[in-house]
Amino acid sequence: MSTTAATPASAVSADDSLPKTRIDKLPLLLLPALALLALPLVGSFPTWVTLTVAGLAMGMIIFIIASGLTLIFGLMDILNFGHGVFIALGAFLATAVLGTMADWTASENLLINLLAVLPAMLVAMGVAGAVGYAFERLIIRPVYGQHLKQILITMGGMIVGEELIKVIWGPGQIPLPLPGGFRGAILIGEAAVEKYRLIAVVTGLTVFAAMFWVLARTKLGLLIRAGVQDREMVESLGYRIERLFVGVFVAGSALAGLGGVMWGLYQQNVVPQMGAQVNVLIFIVIIIGGLGSTGGCFIGALLVGLLANYTGFLAPKVALFSNIGLMVLILLWRPQGLYPVAKR
Amino acid sequence: MSAQLPAQSPPPLLTLEGVHTHIGAYHILHGVDLLVPRGELTMLLGRNGAGKTTTLRTIMGLWQASQGRIAFDGQDITKRPTPQIAHAGIAYVPENMGIFSDLTVRENMLLAARAARHIEDIDTKRLDWIFGLFPALKKFWLHPAGLLSGGQKQMLAVARAIVEPRALLLVDEPSKGLAPSIIQNMISAFKELKGTNTTILLVEQNFNFARQLGDSVAVMDDGRIVHSGAMAELAENEDLQQKLLGLSLAAHQ
Repeated sequence: MSTTAATPASAVSADDSLPKTRIDKLPLLLLPALALLALPLVGSFPTWVTLTVAGLAMGMIIFIIASGLTLIFGLMDILNFGHGVFIALGAFLATAVLGTMADWTASENLLINLLAVLPAMLVAMGVAGAVGYAFERLIIRPVYGQHLKQILITMGGMIVGEELIKVIWGPGQIPLPLPGGFRGAILIGEAAVEKYRLIAVVTGLTVFAAMFWVLARTKLGLLIRAGVQDREMVESLGYRIERLFVGVFVAGSALAGLGGVMWGLYQQNVVPQMGAQVNVLIFIVIIIGGLGSTGGCFIGALLVGLLANYTGFLAPKVALFSNIGLMVLILLWRPQGLYPVAKR
Repeated sequence: MSAQLPAQSPPPLLTLEGVHTHIGAYHILHGVDLLVPRGELTMLLGRNGAGKTTTLRTIMGLWQASQGRIAFDGQDITKRPTPQIAHAGIAYVPENMGIFSDLTVRENMLLAARAARHIEDIDTKRLDWIFGLFPALKKFWLHPAGLLSGGQKQMLAVARAIVEPRALLLVDEPSKGLAPSIIQNMISAFKELKGTNTTILLVEQNFNFARQLGDSVAVMDDGRIVHSGAMAELAENEDLQQKLLGLSLAAHQ
Protein backbone atom coordinates (compact mmCIF):
# COMPACT_ATOMS: atom_id res chain seq x y z
CA MET A 1 0.00 0.00 0.00
CA SER A 2 1.44 3.31 -0.92
CA THR A 3 -1.52 5.35 0.20
CA THR A 4 -0.42 7.40 3.13
CA ALA A 5 -3.91 8.26 4.25
CA ALA A 6 -4.41 8.76 7.94
CA THR A 7 -5.17 5.73 10.05
CA PRO A 8 -8.89 5.05 10.46
CA ALA A 9 -8.86 5.77 14.16
CA SER A 10 -7.60 9.32 13.74
CA ALA A 11 -9.67 10.04 10.65
CA VAL A 12 -12.97 9.18 12.28
CA SER A 13 -14.47 11.46 14.83
CA ALA A 14 -17.99 10.15 15.13
CA ASP A 15 -20.07 7.34 13.70
CA ASP A 16 -22.44 9.60 11.85
CA SER A 17 -19.80 11.62 10.03
CA LEU A 18 -18.09 9.00 7.95
CA PRO A 19 -15.16 10.37 6.00
CA LYS A 20 -14.63 9.22 2.45
CA THR A 21 -11.54 7.46 1.21
CA ARG A 22 -8.66 9.73 0.39
CA ILE A 23 -7.14 9.79 -3.05
CA ASP A 24 -3.41 9.85 -3.53
CA LYS A 25 -3.15 13.15 -5.38
CA LEU A 26 0.60 13.37 -5.92
CA PRO A 27 0.69 11.62 -9.32
CA LEU A 28 -2.20 13.83 -10.47
CA LEU A 29 -0.08 16.90 -9.82
CA LEU A 30 2.61 15.61 -12.17
CA LEU A 31 0.52 16.62 -15.20
CA PRO A 32 0.18 20.34 -14.44
CA ALA A 33 3.73 20.34 -13.10
CA LEU A 34 5.08 18.99 -16.37
CA ALA A 35 2.96 21.42 -18.41
CA LEU A 36 4.05 24.42 -16.34
CA LEU A 37 7.67 23.35 -16.48
CA ALA A 38 7.47 23.24 -20.26
CA LEU A 39 5.92 26.73 -20.57
CA PRO A 40 9.07 28.82 -20.00
CA LEU A 41 11.13 26.36 -22.05
CA VAL A 42 8.79 26.57 -25.03
CA GLY A 43 8.67 30.32 -24.68
CA SER A 44 5.67 31.23 -26.78
CA PHE A 45 2.28 30.78 -25.15
CA PRO A 46 0.29 29.91 -28.32
CA THR A 47 2.88 27.28 -29.27
CA TRP A 48 2.66 25.88 -25.76
CA VAL A 49 -1.13 25.59 -26.03
CA THR A 50 -0.80 23.81 -29.36
CA LEU A 51 1.79 21.41 -27.99
CA THR A 52 -0.17 20.77 -24.81
CA VAL A 53 -3.37 19.95 -26.64
CA ALA A 54 -1.42 17.78 -29.07
CA GLY A 55 0.23 16.00 -26.16
CA LEU A 56 -3.04 15.44 -24.35
CA ALA A 57 -4.63 14.11 -27.54
CA MET A 58 -1.76 11.72 -28.13
CA GLY A 59 -1.94 10.68 -24.49
CA MET A 60 -5.67 10.00 -24.73
CA ILE A 61 -5.18 7.76 -27.75
CA ILE A 62 -2.35 5.93 -25.99
CA PHE A 63 -4.63 5.53 -22.99
CA ILE A 64 -7.37 3.94 -25.06
CA ILE A 65 -4.87 1.47 -26.47
CA ALA A 66 -3.15 0.73 -23.16
CA SER A 67 -6.21 0.60 -20.89
CA GLY A 68 -7.22 -2.83 -22.13
CA LEU A 69 -3.73 -4.15 -21.54
CA THR A 70 -3.54 -2.89 -17.98
CA LEU A 71 -6.87 -4.53 -17.16
CA ILE A 72 -5.77 -7.79 -18.73
CA PHE A 73 -2.49 -7.74 -16.87
CA GLY A 74 -3.96 -6.55 -13.60
CA LEU A 75 -6.84 -8.97 -13.42
CA MET A 76 -5.57 -11.99 -15.28
CA ASP A 77 -1.85 -11.58 -14.58
CA ILE A 78 -1.20 -12.18 -18.26
CA LEU A 79 1.65 -10.57 -20.10
CA ASN A 80 -0.08 -10.19 -23.43
CA PHE A 81 2.57 -9.15 -25.92
CA GLY A 82 -0.01 -9.80 -28.60
CA HIS A 83 -2.04 -6.75 -27.59
CA GLY A 84 -0.49 -4.75 -30.42
CA VAL A 85 -2.00 -6.97 -33.07
CA PHE A 86 -5.51 -5.95 -31.98
CA ILE A 87 -4.48 -2.34 -32.42
CA ALA A 88 -3.26 -3.04 -35.94
CA LEU A 89 -6.42 -5.02 -36.64
CA GLY A 90 -8.56 -2.09 -35.54
CA ALA A 91 -6.65 0.31 -37.74
CA PHE A 92 -6.90 -1.94 -40.81
CA LEU A 93 -10.59 -2.48 -40.25
CA ALA A 94 -10.94 1.30 -40.18
CA THR A 95 -9.33 1.55 -43.62
CA ALA A 96 -11.72 -1.11 -44.89
CA VAL A 97 -14.87 0.42 -43.42
CA LEU A 98 -14.01 4.03 -44.23
CA GLY A 99 -12.90 2.96 -47.72
CA THR A 100 -16.44 1.85 -48.50
CA MET A 101 -17.84 5.18 -47.35
CA ALA A 102 -15.65 7.50 -49.37
CA ASP A 103 -18.52 9.90 -50.02
CA TRP A 104 -19.19 10.37 -46.35
CA THR A 105 -15.57 10.77 -45.34
CA ALA A 106 -14.90 13.25 -48.13
CA SER A 107 -17.70 15.48 -46.93
CA GLU A 108 -16.78 18.55 -44.93
CA ASN A 109 -19.78 18.03 -42.70
CA LEU A 110 -18.64 16.83 -39.28
CA LEU A 111 -21.90 15.00 -38.60
CA ILE A 112 -21.70 12.97 -41.80
CA ASN A 113 -18.03 12.22 -41.04
CA LEU A 114 -19.01 10.94 -37.63
CA LEU A 115 -21.64 8.72 -39.24
CA ALA A 116 -18.77 7.11 -41.14
CA VAL A 117 -16.26 6.96 -38.30
CA LEU A 118 -18.63 5.61 -35.67
CA PRO A 119 -19.46 2.43 -37.64
CA ALA A 120 -15.75 2.00 -38.29
CA MET A 121 -15.12 2.18 -34.54
CA LEU A 122 -17.94 -0.25 -33.79
CA VAL A 123 -16.76 -2.73 -36.42
CA ALA A 124 -13.19 -2.45 -35.14
CA MET A 125 -14.30 -3.03 -31.56
CA GLY A 126 -16.60 -5.89 -32.48
CA VAL A 127 -14.12 -7.76 -34.65
CA ALA A 128 -11.18 -7.13 -32.30
CA GLY A 129 -13.32 -8.34 -29.39
CA ALA A 130 -14.34 -11.49 -31.27
CA VAL A 131 -10.77 -12.22 -32.30
CA GLY A 132 -9.76 -11.54 -28.69
CA TYR A 133 -12.22 -14.20 -27.56
CA ALA A 134 -10.63 -16.76 -29.87
CA PHE A 135 -7.13 -15.60 -28.88
CA GLU A 136 -7.92 -16.14 -25.19
CA ARG A 137 -9.36 -19.59 -25.82
CA LEU A 138 -6.66 -20.90 -28.13
CA ILE A 139 -3.50 -19.11 -27.09
CA ILE A 140 -3.80 -17.73 -23.55
CA ARG A 141 -5.83 -20.40 -21.77
CA PRO A 142 -3.17 -23.12 -21.91
CA VAL A 143 -0.55 -20.86 -20.30
CA TYR A 144 -2.35 -19.29 -17.32
CA GLY A 145 0.11 -18.58 -14.54
CA GLN A 146 3.24 -19.17 -16.66
CA HIS A 147 4.77 -15.82 -17.50
CA LEU A 148 7.63 -16.99 -19.67
CA LYS A 149 5.38 -19.12 -21.82
CA GLN A 150 2.89 -16.25 -22.03
CA ILE A 151 5.54 -13.93 -23.41
CA LEU A 152 6.69 -16.48 -25.97
CA ILE A 153 3.27 -17.58 -27.13
CA THR A 154 1.66 -14.14 -27.26
CA MET A 155 4.67 -12.84 -29.20
CA GLY A 156 4.14 -15.75 -31.55
CA GLY A 157 0.46 -14.90 -31.73
CA MET A 158 1.33 -11.36 -32.68
CA ILE A 159 3.66 -12.46 -35.48
CA VAL A 160 0.99 -14.79 -36.85
CA GLY A 161 -1.59 -12.01 -36.57
CA GLU A 162 0.67 -9.56 -38.37
CA GLU A 163 1.20 -12.03 -41.20
CA LEU A 164 -2.55 -12.66 -41.43
CA ILE A 165 -3.08 -8.91 -41.78
CA LYS A 166 -0.56 -8.97 -44.64
CA VAL A 167 -2.48 -11.84 -46.24
CA ILE A 168 -5.73 -9.87 -46.13
CA TRP A 169 -4.59 -6.29 -46.72
CA GLY A 170 -1.16 -6.76 -48.29
CA PRO A 171 2.24 -5.88 -46.85
CA GLY A 172 2.31 -2.22 -47.83
CA GLN A 173 1.34 0.97 -46.15
CA ILE A 174 -2.33 1.97 -46.55
CA PRO A 175 -3.30 5.62 -46.22
CA LEU A 176 -6.04 6.43 -43.75
CA PRO A 177 -6.90 10.04 -44.44
CA LEU A 178 -8.82 12.03 -41.89
CA PRO A 179 -12.42 12.69 -42.89
CA GLY A 180 -12.96 16.17 -44.31
CA GLY A 181 -14.57 17.67 -41.25
CA PHE A 182 -11.81 16.38 -38.93
CA ARG A 183 -9.09 18.18 -40.85
CA GLY A 184 -7.67 21.59 -40.20
CA ALA A 185 -7.30 23.54 -37.05
CA ILE A 186 -9.29 26.00 -35.04
CA LEU A 187 -7.70 29.08 -33.60
CA ILE A 188 -8.03 29.68 -29.89
CA GLY A 189 -6.53 33.13 -29.52
CA GLU A 190 -3.33 32.72 -31.44
CA ALA A 191 -2.96 29.05 -30.73
CA ALA A 192 -3.82 26.63 -33.49
CA VAL A 193 -5.48 23.45 -32.25
CA GLU A 194 -6.07 20.64 -34.68
CA LYS A 195 -9.69 19.52 -34.72
CA TYR A 196 -8.87 15.83 -34.69
CA ARG A 197 -6.91 16.29 -31.49
CA LEU A 198 -9.97 17.74 -29.81
CA ILE A 199 -11.97 14.76 -31.02
CA ALA A 200 -9.31 12.45 -29.63
CA VAL A 201 -9.43 14.21 -26.26
CA VAL A 202 -13.21 13.89 -26.11
CA THR A 203 -13.10 10.21 -27.09
CA GLY A 204 -10.36 9.45 -24.59
CA LEU A 205 -12.20 11.21 -21.78
CA THR A 206 -15.36 9.29 -22.66
CA VAL A 207 -13.55 5.96 -22.53
CA PHE A 208 -11.88 6.90 -19.26
CA ALA A 209 -15.14 8.06 -17.70
CA ALA A 210 -16.92 4.90 -18.82
CA MET A 211 -14.19 2.65 -17.48
CA PHE A 212 -14.02 4.59 -14.25
CA TRP A 213 -17.75 4.38 -13.81
CA VAL A 214 -17.85 0.65 -14.45
CA LEU A 215 -14.93 -0.03 -12.11
CA ALA A 216 -16.05 2.24 -9.30
CA ARG A 217 -19.82 2.08 -9.41
CA THR A 218 -20.91 -1.29 -10.68
CA LYS A 219 -20.69 -4.69 -9.11
CA LEU A 220 -18.92 -5.96 -12.20
CA GLY A 221 -16.23 -3.35 -11.62
CA LEU A 222 -15.93 -4.33 -7.97
CA LEU A 223 -15.46 -7.93 -9.04
CA ILE A 224 -12.72 -6.95 -11.47
CA ARG A 225 -10.93 -4.90 -8.83
CA ALA A 226 -11.33 -7.66 -6.27
CA GLY A 227 -10.10 -10.22 -8.78
CA VAL A 228 -6.97 -8.17 -9.36
CA GLN A 229 -6.18 -8.56 -5.66
CA ASP A 230 -7.33 -12.04 -4.72
CA ARG A 231 -8.67 -14.36 -7.37
CA GLU A 232 -9.18 -17.28 -5.04
CA MET A 233 -11.34 -15.28 -2.65
CA VAL A 234 -13.54 -14.05 -5.50
CA GLU A 235 -14.15 -17.68 -6.42
CA SER A 236 -14.78 -18.60 -2.80
CA LEU A 237 -17.47 -15.93 -2.69
CA GLY A 238 -19.19 -17.80 -5.51
CA TYR A 239 -18.22 -15.90 -8.65
CA ARG A 240 -16.87 -17.67 -11.71
CA ILE A 241 -13.66 -15.85 -12.34
CA GLU A 242 -12.89 -17.48 -15.68
CA ARG A 243 -15.99 -15.83 -17.11
CA LEU A 244 -14.75 -12.52 -15.77
CA PHE A 245 -11.36 -13.23 -17.37
CA VAL A 246 -12.88 -13.87 -20.78
CA GLY A 247 -15.05 -10.77 -20.48
CA VAL A 248 -12.12 -8.57 -19.55
CA PHE A 249 -9.97 -10.00 -22.31
CA VAL A 250 -12.68 -9.38 -24.89
CA ALA A 251 -13.26 -5.85 -23.58
CA GLY A 252 -9.51 -5.17 -23.54
CA SER A 253 -9.16 -6.38 -27.12
CA ALA A 254 -12.15 -4.29 -28.21
CA LEU A 255 -10.56 -1.21 -26.61
CA ALA A 256 -7.36 -1.99 -28.49
CA GLY A 257 -9.42 -2.11 -31.69
CA LEU A 258 -10.93 1.28 -30.91
CA GLY A 259 -7.49 2.64 -30.07
CA GLY A 260 -6.25 1.28 -33.40
CA VAL A 261 -8.85 3.32 -35.29
CA MET A 262 -7.85 6.44 -33.37
CA TRP A 263 -4.12 5.80 -33.75
CA GLY A 264 -4.49 5.06 -37.48
CA LEU A 265 -6.38 8.30 -38.05
CA TYR A 266 -3.78 10.11 -35.96
CA GLN A 267 -0.91 8.75 -38.08
CA GLN A 268 -3.07 8.98 -41.23
CA ASN A 269 -1.67 5.71 -42.49
CA VAL A 270 -1.42 2.12 -41.33
CA VAL A 271 1.26 -0.54 -41.71
CA PRO A 272 1.05 -4.17 -40.61
CA GLN A 273 3.97 -3.59 -38.24
CA MET A 274 2.18 -0.85 -36.30
CA GLY A 275 1.14 -3.27 -33.57
CA ALA A 276 4.72 -4.14 -32.74
CA GLN A 277 5.68 -0.46 -32.85
CA VAL A 278 2.99 0.60 -30.41
CA ASN A 279 3.56 -2.39 -28.14
CA VAL A 280 6.70 -0.95 -26.54
CA LEU A 281 4.96 2.34 -25.91
CA ILE A 282 1.95 0.81 -24.19
CA PHE A 283 4.08 -1.41 -21.99
CA ILE A 284 6.00 1.69 -20.90
CA VAL A 285 2.70 3.40 -20.10
CA ILE A 286 1.27 0.59 -17.99
CA ILE A 287 4.56 0.17 -16.13
CA ILE A 288 4.59 3.90 -15.35
CA GLY A 289 0.98 3.74 -14.19
CA GLY A 290 1.43 0.72 -11.94
CA LEU A 291 0.53 -2.60 -13.55
CA GLY A 292 -3.22 -3.11 -13.30
CA SER A 293 -4.17 0.43 -12.34
CA THR A 294 -6.59 2.24 -14.65
CA GLY A 295 -6.03 5.67 -13.13
CA GLY A 296 -2.28 5.18 -13.25
CA CYS A 297 -2.50 4.12 -16.88
CA PHE A 298 -4.46 7.28 -17.68
CA ILE A 299 -1.94 9.60 -16.05
CA GLY A 300 0.98 7.63 -17.46
CA ALA A 301 -0.42 7.89 -20.98
CA LEU A 302 -0.97 11.64 -20.68
CA LEU A 303 2.54 12.16 -19.28
CA VAL A 304 4.03 10.20 -22.17
CA GLY A 305 1.95 12.14 -24.70
CA LEU A 306 2.83 15.55 -23.25
CA LEU A 307 6.51 14.79 -22.88
CA ALA A 308 6.75 13.41 -26.41
CA ASN A 309 5.31 16.64 -27.82
CA TYR A 310 7.34 19.02 -25.66
CA THR A 311 10.63 17.26 -26.29
CA GLY A 312 9.74 16.81 -29.94
CA PHE A 313 9.57 20.59 -30.18
CA LEU A 314 12.45 21.48 -27.88
CA ALA A 315 14.99 18.77 -28.64
CA PRO A 316 13.84 16.31 -31.30
CA LYS A 317 16.71 13.92 -30.66
CA VAL A 318 15.84 13.65 -26.98
CA ALA A 319 12.25 12.84 -27.91
CA LEU A 320 13.37 9.37 -28.95
CA PHE A 321 14.32 8.60 -25.36
CA SER A 322 11.71 10.66 -23.56
CA ASN A 323 9.41 7.70 -22.82
CA ILE A 324 12.14 5.50 -21.42
CA GLY A 325 13.59 8.44 -19.47
CA LEU A 326 10.20 9.18 -17.97
CA MET A 327 9.73 5.56 -17.00
CA VAL A 328 13.14 5.46 -15.33
CA LEU A 329 12.40 8.63 -13.32
CA ILE A 330 8.97 7.43 -12.23
CA LEU A 331 10.29 4.03 -11.21
CA LEU A 332 13.08 5.62 -9.21
CA TRP A 333 10.40 7.56 -7.34
CA ARG A 334 7.82 4.77 -7.11
CA PRO A 335 9.28 1.41 -8.04
CA GLN A 336 5.81 -0.12 -8.43
CA GLY A 337 4.54 2.64 -10.71
CA LEU A 338 2.37 5.66 -9.92
CA TYR A 339 -0.51 3.72 -8.39
CA PRO A 340 0.68 0.34 -7.22
CA VAL A 341 -2.07 -2.26 -7.11
CA ALA A 342 -2.13 -4.34 -3.96
CA LYS A 343 -1.46 -7.94 -4.82
CA ARG A 344 -2.35 -10.97 -2.79
CA MET B 1 -34.72 -34.30 1.69
CA SER B 2 -33.69 -35.23 5.20
CA ALA B 3 -36.92 -33.96 6.69
CA GLN B 4 -38.64 -37.27 5.92
CA LEU B 5 -36.19 -39.41 7.84
CA PRO B 6 -37.10 -40.87 11.21
CA ALA B 7 -36.44 -38.74 14.21
CA GLN B 8 -33.05 -40.18 15.19
CA SER B 9 -30.19 -37.77 14.86
CA PRO B 10 -30.39 -35.79 11.60
CA PRO B 11 -27.81 -36.71 8.95
CA PRO B 12 -24.65 -34.63 9.10
CA LEU B 13 -24.53 -31.55 6.91
CA LEU B 14 -21.05 -32.28 5.67
CA THR B 15 -19.34 -35.63 5.31
CA LEU B 16 -15.78 -36.38 4.27
CA GLU B 17 -14.96 -40.01 3.49
CA GLY B 18 -11.37 -41.10 2.98
CA VAL B 19 -10.29 -37.79 1.47
CA HIS B 20 -6.75 -37.64 0.13
CA THR B 21 -5.20 -34.41 -1.11
CA HIS B 22 -1.88 -33.86 -2.84
CA ILE B 23 -0.27 -30.46 -3.25
CA GLY B 24 2.33 -30.76 -5.92
CA ALA B 25 4.57 -33.64 -4.91
CA TYR B 26 3.38 -33.62 -1.30
CA HIS B 27 0.74 -35.95 0.04
CA ILE B 28 -1.00 -33.82 2.69
CA LEU B 29 -4.30 -35.51 3.55
CA HIS B 30 -4.10 -39.26 4.09
CA GLY B 31 -7.73 -40.27 4.17
CA VAL B 32 -9.73 -37.78 6.22
CA ASP B 33 -13.07 -38.99 7.59
CA LEU B 34 -15.04 -36.16 9.11
CA LEU B 35 -18.68 -35.58 10.02
CA VAL B 36 -19.99 -32.08 10.62
CA PRO B 37 -23.35 -32.35 12.42
CA ARG B 38 -26.13 -30.04 11.31
CA GLY B 39 -26.68 -26.92 13.40
CA GLU B 40 -23.56 -27.43 15.53
CA LEU B 41 -20.20 -25.79 15.80
CA THR B 42 -17.51 -28.32 15.10
CA MET B 43 -13.95 -27.52 16.08
CA LEU B 44 -11.11 -28.88 13.99
CA LEU B 45 -7.98 -28.92 16.14
CA GLY B 46 -4.44 -30.11 15.66
CA ARG B 47 -0.86 -28.99 15.64
CA ASN B 48 0.72 -26.94 12.85
CA GLY B 49 0.97 -28.79 9.58
CA ALA B 50 -1.56 -31.44 10.57
CA GLY B 51 -3.68 -30.64 7.50
CA LYS B 52 -6.48 -28.50 8.96
CA THR B 53 -6.20 -25.69 6.41
CA THR B 54 -5.79 -28.22 3.62
CA THR B 55 -9.00 -29.91 4.77
CA LEU B 56 -10.94 -26.65 4.56
CA ARG B 57 -9.43 -25.78 1.18
CA THR B 58 -10.26 -29.23 -0.14
CA ILE B 59 -13.88 -28.89 1.01
CA MET B 60 -14.01 -25.52 -0.74
CA GLY B 61 -12.60 -27.01 -3.94
CA LEU B 62 -9.54 -24.76 -3.88
CA TRP B 63 -7.50 -27.93 -3.88
CA GLN B 64 -8.81 -31.05 -5.52
CA ALA B 65 -9.16 -34.24 -3.53
CA SER B 66 -7.26 -36.98 -5.32
CA GLN B 67 -9.33 -39.70 -3.63
CA GLY B 68 -12.39 -39.97 -1.42
CA ARG B 69 -15.73 -38.25 -1.34
CA ILE B 70 -17.07 -34.98 0.08
CA ALA B 71 -20.84 -34.71 0.48
CA PHE B 72 -22.65 -31.54 1.46
CA ASP B 73 -26.34 -31.72 2.31
CA GLY B 74 -26.65 -35.00 0.46
CA GLN B 75 -24.91 -33.82 -2.73
CA ASP B 76 -21.49 -34.95 -3.87
CA ILE B 77 -19.35 -31.81 -4.17
CA THR B 78 -15.95 -33.50 -4.48
CA LYS B 79 -15.31 -32.54 -8.07
CA ARG B 80 -17.24 -29.29 -8.21
CA PRO B 81 -15.50 -26.00 -8.94
CA THR B 82 -15.20 -23.54 -6.07
CA PRO B 83 -17.92 -21.06 -7.18
CA GLN B 84 -20.46 -23.89 -7.38
CA ILE B 85 -19.53 -25.07 -3.91
CA ALA B 86 -20.06 -21.52 -2.66
CA HIS B 87 -23.45 -21.44 -4.36
CA ALA B 88 -24.43 -24.68 -2.65
CA GLY B 89 -24.36 -22.66 0.57
CA ILE B 90 -20.83 -22.81 1.97
CA ALA B 91 -19.00 -19.64 3.01
CA TYR B 92 -15.27 -19.64 3.60
CA VAL B 93 -13.09 -17.41 5.77
CA PRO B 94 -9.50 -18.24 4.83
CA GLU B 95 -6.55 -18.05 7.16
CA ASN B 96 -5.30 -14.85 5.46
CA MET B 97 -8.86 -13.49 5.68
CA GLY B 98 -8.98 -12.78 1.94
CA ILE B 99 -9.90 -9.12 2.43
CA PHE B 100 -9.92 -6.98 -0.71
CA SER B 101 -7.77 -4.23 0.73
CA ASP B 102 -8.26 -1.69 -2.09
CA LEU B 103 -12.03 -1.91 -1.74
CA THR B 104 -13.96 -0.26 1.04
CA VAL B 105 -15.62 -2.22 3.83
CA ARG B 106 -18.93 -1.53 2.12
CA GLU B 107 -17.71 -2.84 -1.22
CA ASN B 108 -16.30 -5.95 0.42
CA MET B 109 -19.70 -6.64 1.94
CA LEU B 110 -21.50 -5.95 -1.31
CA LEU B 111 -19.37 -8.50 -3.15
CA ALA B 112 -20.04 -11.09 -0.48
CA ALA B 113 -23.80 -10.56 -0.87
CA ARG B 114 -24.20 -12.41 -4.16
CA ALA B 115 -27.89 -11.63 -4.54
CA ALA B 116 -27.41 -7.86 -4.12
CA ARG B 117 -26.61 -5.59 -7.04
CA HIS B 118 -26.48 -2.53 -4.80
CA ILE B 119 -25.87 -2.13 -1.12
CA GLU B 120 -29.53 -1.19 -0.67
CA ASP B 121 -30.49 -4.70 -1.77
CA ILE B 122 -28.94 -6.20 1.35
CA ASP B 123 -31.46 -6.97 4.05
CA THR B 124 -31.16 -3.99 6.41
CA LYS B 125 -32.14 -6.00 9.44
CA ARG B 126 -29.40 -8.48 8.79
CA LEU B 127 -26.90 -5.68 8.19
CA ASP B 128 -27.91 -4.05 11.47
CA TRP B 129 -27.50 -7.39 13.21
CA ILE B 130 -23.96 -7.68 11.76
CA PHE B 131 -23.20 -4.10 12.83
CA GLY B 132 -24.36 -5.13 16.29
CA LEU B 133 -21.88 -8.00 16.29
CA PHE B 134 -19.04 -5.92 14.87
CA PRO B 135 -19.61 -2.20 15.48
CA ALA B 136 -16.23 -1.30 13.95
CA LEU B 137 -17.55 -2.21 10.51
CA LYS B 138 -20.21 0.46 10.69
CA LYS B 139 -17.68 2.98 11.85
CA PHE B 140 -15.27 2.29 8.99
CA TRP B 141 -17.97 1.51 6.41
CA LEU B 142 -16.51 3.76 3.68
CA HIS B 143 -12.84 3.16 4.46
CA PRO B 144 -10.57 0.96 2.39
CA ALA B 145 -10.50 -2.40 4.10
CA GLY B 146 -6.71 -2.40 3.89
CA LEU B 147 -6.58 0.30 6.56
CA LEU B 148 -8.39 -1.81 9.15
CA SER B 149 -6.50 -3.40 12.03
CA GLY B 150 -5.96 -7.15 12.09
CA GLY B 151 -8.91 -7.73 14.37
CA GLN B 152 -11.20 -5.53 12.31
CA LYS B 153 -10.14 -7.34 9.14
CA GLN B 154 -11.04 -10.64 10.80
CA MET B 155 -14.42 -9.18 11.76
CA LEU B 156 -14.97 -8.09 8.17
CA ALA B 157 -13.98 -11.53 6.92
CA VAL B 158 -16.54 -13.18 9.19
CA ALA B 159 -19.15 -10.52 8.41
CA ARG B 160 -18.70 -11.18 4.70
CA ALA B 161 -19.34 -14.86 5.25
CA ILE B 162 -22.62 -14.18 7.04
CA VAL B 163 -23.96 -11.21 5.07
CA GLU B 164 -26.40 -13.61 3.47
CA PRO B 165 -27.63 -16.72 5.25
CA ARG B 166 -25.40 -19.69 4.43
CA ALA B 167 -25.83 -23.27 5.52
CA LEU B 168 -22.21 -23.87 6.46
CA LEU B 169 -19.34 -21.60 7.45
CA LEU B 170 -15.75 -22.75 7.16
CA VAL B 171 -13.56 -20.52 9.31
CA ASP B 172 -9.79 -20.87 9.43
CA GLU B 173 -8.16 -19.71 12.67
CA PRO B 174 -10.19 -16.62 13.48
CA SER B 175 -8.15 -15.97 16.62
CA LYS B 176 -4.80 -15.92 14.84
CA GLY B 177 -2.70 -12.91 15.79
CA LEU B 178 -5.49 -11.18 17.69
CA ALA B 179 -5.31 -9.52 21.10
CA PRO B 180 -7.09 -11.39 23.94
CA SER B 181 -9.85 -8.79 24.26
CA ILE B 182 -10.61 -9.05 20.57
CA ILE B 183 -10.59 -12.83 20.76
CA GLN B 184 -13.23 -12.57 23.47
CA ASN B 185 -15.19 -10.30 21.15
CA MET B 186 -14.96 -12.94 18.41
CA ILE B 187 -16.10 -15.64 20.79
CA SER B 188 -19.26 -13.71 21.68
CA ALA B 189 -19.95 -13.10 18.00
CA PHE B 190 -19.67 -16.80 17.21
CA LYS B 191 -21.85 -17.63 20.21
CA GLU B 192 -24.54 -15.41 18.78
CA LEU B 193 -24.08 -16.96 15.34
CA LYS B 194 -24.62 -20.41 16.83
CA GLY B 195 -28.10 -19.30 17.75
CA THR B 196 -29.01 -18.74 14.09
CA ASN B 197 -29.19 -22.26 12.73
CA THR B 198 -25.81 -21.92 11.02
CA THR B 199 -23.50 -24.90 10.96
CA ILE B 200 -19.89 -23.96 11.50
CA LEU B 201 -16.62 -25.81 11.00
CA LEU B 202 -13.89 -23.87 12.75
CA VAL B 203 -10.16 -24.52 12.64
CA GLU B 204 -8.34 -23.38 15.78
CA GLN B 205 -5.03 -23.55 17.57
CA ASN B 206 -6.28 -21.69 20.62
CA PHE B 207 -7.72 -24.35 22.94
CA ASN B 208 -9.45 -21.83 25.17
CA PHE B 209 -11.30 -20.47 22.14
CA ALA B 210 -12.26 -23.99 21.13
CA ARG B 211 -13.41 -24.96 24.61
CA GLN B 212 -15.79 -22.03 24.84
CA LEU B 213 -17.41 -22.52 21.45
CA GLY B 214 -17.22 -26.10 20.27
CA ASP B 215 -20.12 -28.55 20.38
CA SER B 216 -18.18 -31.35 18.80
CA VAL B 217 -14.51 -31.66 18.04
CA ALA B 218 -12.23 -33.43 15.62
CA VAL B 219 -8.49 -33.57 16.11
CA MET B 220 -6.14 -33.98 13.18
CA ASP B 221 -2.62 -35.23 13.00
CA ASP B 222 -0.51 -36.05 10.00
CA GLY B 223 -3.34 -35.71 7.52
CA ARG B 224 -5.85 -37.87 9.38
CA ILE B 225 -8.57 -37.39 11.97
CA VAL B 226 -7.19 -39.03 15.11
CA HIS B 227 -10.04 -38.25 17.49
CA SER B 228 -13.61 -37.08 17.26
CA GLY B 229 -16.29 -36.62 19.84
CA ALA B 230 -18.00 -34.02 22.00
CA MET B 231 -16.02 -30.88 22.81
CA ALA B 232 -17.09 -31.03 26.46
CA GLU B 233 -15.60 -34.52 26.76
CA LEU B 234 -12.22 -33.40 25.46
CA ALA B 235 -12.32 -30.23 27.54
CA GLU B 236 -12.69 -32.30 30.74
CA ASN B 237 -10.19 -34.99 29.91
CA GLU B 238 -6.74 -33.56 30.40
CA ASP B 239 -4.99 -36.80 29.62
CA LEU B 240 -6.68 -36.89 26.25
CA GLN B 241 -5.76 -33.27 25.59
CA GLN B 242 -2.19 -34.05 26.49
CA LYS B 243 -2.21 -37.06 24.23
CA LEU B 244 -3.83 -35.37 21.24
CA LEU B 245 -2.61 -31.82 21.41
CA GLY B 246 0.13 -31.48 24.00
CA LEU B 247 2.56 -34.02 22.71
CA SER B 248 2.05 -34.57 19.05
CA LEU B 249 4.38 -37.59 19.22
CA ALA B 250 1.82 -39.37 21.33
CA ALA B 251 -0.56 -39.64 18.44
CA HIS B 252 1.89 -41.75 16.47
CA GLN B 253 2.37 -44.41 19.09
